[in-house]
Amino acid sequence: MAEQVLRPSSALLPVLLPAVALCVMLGAIFWVQPRAMNYFGFTLLLKLSPPLVFAALAQMLIILLGDIDLSNGAFVGMVTCIAAVFLVSSPATAALLMVLAMAVYVTLGLLILWRGLPSIIVSLGASFIWLGAAIIILPAPGGSVPGWLKAAMTWKPPLLPLPVWIALAAALLGEYLLMHTSFGVILRAAGSNPRALRRAGWSIAMARATVYGVAALLLALSGLMLSGLITSGDPNIAPSYTLLGVGAVILGGGTFSGGQVSPVGTVLGALTLSLAGSFLSFLNIPPTWQIGAQGVILFLVLAGRILLDRGKRI
Amino acid sequence: MTLARYFGPWTYGFVAAALLLFAIAAWSGAGSVGPTLSTALAFGAISVLVGTGQMFVIASGAGNIDLSVPSVLTLAAYVSMTAVASTGGLASIGLVTALAVGMAAGALNYAAIRFLALPPIIATLAWSFIFQSFAFNLGGEATLKPPPALMAFTTLRFLGIQVMPLVVMGLSILAALTLVRGVWGRQLLATGQSERAAHFAGVRVGRVRLVAYMVCGAAAGLAGFLLAGFTGGAALNMGDTYLLEAIAIVALGGTSVAGGQANAIGIWGAALFFNLMGTMLNMFQIQAGVRFVTMGLLILLIVAIVPRPQAR
Repeated sequence: MAEQVLRPSSALLPVLLPAVALCVMLGAIFWVQPRAMNYFGFTLLLKLSPPLVFAALAQMLIILLGDIDLSNGAFVGMVTCIAAVFLVSSPATAALLMVLAMAVYVTLGLLILWRGLPSIIVSLGASFIWLGAAIIILPAPGGSVPGWLKAAMTWKPPLLPLPVWIALAAALLGEYLLMHTSFGVILRAAGSNPRALRRAGWSIAMARATVYGVAALLLALSGLMLSGLITSGDPNIAPSYTLLGVGAVILGGGTFSGGQVSPVGTVLGALTLSLAGSFLSFLNIPPTWQIGAQGVILFLVLAGRILLDRGKRI
Repeated sequence: MTLARYFGPWTYGFVAAALLLFAIAAWSGAGSVGPTLSTALAFGAISVLVGTGQMFVIASGAGNIDLSVPSVLTLAAYVSMTAVASTGGLASIGLVTALAVGMAAGALNYAAIRFLALPPIIATLAWSFIFQSFAFNLGGEATLKPPPALMAFTTLRFLGIQVMPLVVMGLSILAALTLVRGVWGRQLLATGQSERAAHFAGVRVGRVRLVAYMVCGAAAGLAGFLLAGFTGGAALNMGDTYLLEAIAIVALGGTSVAGGQANAIGIWGAALFFNLMGTMLNMFQIQAGVRFVTMGLLILLIVAIVPRPQAR
C-alpha cells in the first residue's frame, strides 16, 4: 500500500476524475449561459470558492493522517467572528485569539495520538467549542472587517480572475510541498505507516503537530477570506465546509485509509463542488430543490470513481 | 465476565447523570427533581432512539456512520403527518408510514455505499441533501399538526410515569438482547470486528450491513414521528440537533467507533447526562455560547478519561 503511494506515476490518476468533473461542470454552465465565458463571468462563478478551497486543503491534511475533522466548518465560522469583531479595533487581539485557537487545534491533534482517541469524536467535541467561542465573541451575525481585507478579496489581477490564481497557487504549492519534498514524504508516512516512520527515527508527534498546525493555519486563512467576502462575521456561516471539504478530498482521489491524498485533486474537487452551486442557480432550479440537486451532483461526480477503481485493479 | 465488565466505562454516564440530579436537587430543592427528570427522560428518549439506530450502523465496521439521520427524521415526520392528515387522523397509518420512509432511506443509503463504492460518510451526506429537499417541498414552511391520538400518547402518564420513555426503554432492552443473543446482532458485531473473518465464517456481510442501515433509518423515522407528536408538529429544522448529539452519546455510552463493539443500555446514561446538563445550564441561565463550550469540553474530557472499549 505504502509503496504504491510513493510511486509518482500513480499521482496522476486521482487528478483525472476531478479534472474531468470540473470540465463537464464548466461545459454545462457555458452551454446554459454562454455569456459567463469571460473574466468577469469566471470571477462571479468562482467568487465563493477560495475559502472552500482552503478549508478542503485543511481537511485533506487531516485525512492524510488517517483522521477526520468534523469541526472544520465551525472553526472557519469562529475565525470570521474574530475577524469581524477585533480586526478593525484591535488587530493584536485578533492575532492573539487566532494563535490561541490554532494552538488548541494542534493540542487536540496530539491528544488523539497520545490517548489513542477516535478523531471523529474529538473533533465533534471541538466543533461545540468553536461554535460556543464564536457565539461568545459575536452572538449575532454582524461586525465589520477592515478595508484592506475587502479590497484584497475584490482585487482584479491581470490575466486570470483572483479565485483562479488562488486555486492555482494553492494547488501547486500544496502539490510541491507534500509530494515533492522529503519533508512531505515524512508527513505522508505519518498517515500511511506511522510504525515505519517511528522505526526510521522520526517523531510521529512532531509530524502530526506540523500537519495539524498547517491545517489550522489554512482554516484561519479560509475564515479571513470568507469574512472579507461577506464583510462580516457569522458563527453559523460555514458548517457545510466540513462535509463539502471531505467530499472534495474524496473526489480528488483521497482515501480514509491514511497517507493517500492529492492536493491538486482536492483543489479541483473543491472548485467543482463550488461551481455546482452556481450551476444550479443558472438552471433556474427552484430553491427548495437546489440542495437535493447538489446531492445528485455529488453522486454523479463520485460515480466516476468506480470506473477509475476498475482501471486501477486491472 | 468479571465484575469490571459489568461496571465498565458505559456506566459512567449513569453515575454522572445521578450526580447532576443531586446537584439540581441541592440547588433548587427536591421538588424540582421530578419535573426536571421527566423532561430529560422525554427528550432523552428521542436522542436514545436516534442513537440506538446510529449504534447499529457504527458497530457494523470502522467508517460506517449515517449522516442522513436528521433529514430522514424530518422527512419521516412530514410524510407521516401528511399521511395522517389525508386519512382523517389515523395515528397508526402515520406510524407505519414513518417506519417505511426510514427503512427506504436506510436501504438507499446502503445501496449508494455498496454500488457506488463510496465511503459511508459521503454517501449518507449526499442522500441527506436529497431527503432534505423532499422535506422542503413536502412541508414548505408550514407546520403540520399531529393526530390527537399521537399527541396524547407522547404525553401519556401511567401511575405518574411517562409511557413514551418506557416504550423506548423497552426498545433499548430489545436492542441489547439482539446484540447479545440475536443471530443478526452477533453477525453484526462479527462484521464490525473483521469483515474478512466474518465473510469467511459464512456471514453475508452485505446483507447484515443493509439491515443495520435500515434499522437506523427506521429508528430515525420513529423518532421523527414521536417528536412531531411531542412538540406539536413537524418542523423543518427539527432533526438538526440529533446528529452530533446522537453520535456523541453512542460513543460515550460504550460503543466503539472502530466498530465491532456496541452497548445499547449505556446510551441511556449518556443521553440522560446530556439532557440534564442542558437543563442545568439553562437553569443557571448560562449564555448559549458558554453552554456550547461546556458541552464540547465535557465530550473531550469524557473521551479522554474513559478507557476505550477493547475491540479494535
